[in-house]
Amino acid sequence: MSEPWEDEVEGPVKKFMFVNRKSPYGTVYALESLEVVLITAAFDQDVSLVFSDDGVFQIKKGQSTDGIGMKNFSPTYRALEGYDVEKLYVDKESMEERGLTQDDLLVDVEILSRAELADLMDEQDVVLSF
Amino acid sequence: MAMLHTVNKSPFERNTFDSCIAMAKSGSSVLLIEDGVIASLKGTSVSDKVSKAMENVTFYVLGPDLNARGMTDDQIIDGIKVVDYEGFVDLTAEHENVQAWL
Repeated sequence: MSEPWEDEVEGPVKKFMFVNRKSPYGTVYALESLEVVLITAAFDQDVSLVFSDDGVFQIKKGQSTDGIGMKNFSPTYRALEGYDVEKLYVDKESMEERGLTQDDLLVDVEILSRAELADLMDEQDVVLSF
Repeated sequence: MAMLHTVNKSPFERNTFDSCIAMAKSGSSVLLIEDGVIASLKGTSVSDKVSKAMENVTFYVLGPDLNARGMTDDQIIDGIKVVDYEGFVDLTAEHENVQAWL
């Protein structure tokens, strides 16, 4: 006999956007965002991630946290695909201001202008800022 | 004797770095730590400002914080010295006073 919470219930699917604007490790925002992204994905919602401003450093290749005694959570971004989180966007200007290119990033992303990101943001049901 | 200034915020996010270099006297030192290490990166929109500040002030960056954020020694502005935690302690001891810009 199946338990009630195991029944497949078709709930509403909303469009969630997570706006990541902070460098990792200096504050807990980046890690907290990732936690909520995974929870949202577990509820089969439509999830988009945006990396802008210092948030682009969250997906910078080659993070090594051995020296600071904190967990390197950057591999988790590569695992998002397994949770059907595949809409990752990066703000082009933020990347350029920081001298970064797509080759510096550890996941496949779509690079958008601020105008394009604004349109995308406008389509969302829920926008969460970290 | 010179003062050691520490900056722990990104120059893109806060004006901490600007406030620091505006008050750092010639001959003093600035150590970039935590998100402050972002200021040490080469080829950014703030790197010219950092290079200019280096004319009067010696810059250091904390290596472990740099590496945590996926940056390596060859990606930072020439002339910025990379130190480890022991180097941080040495700098603290060598300078008369420490001003931690938050």
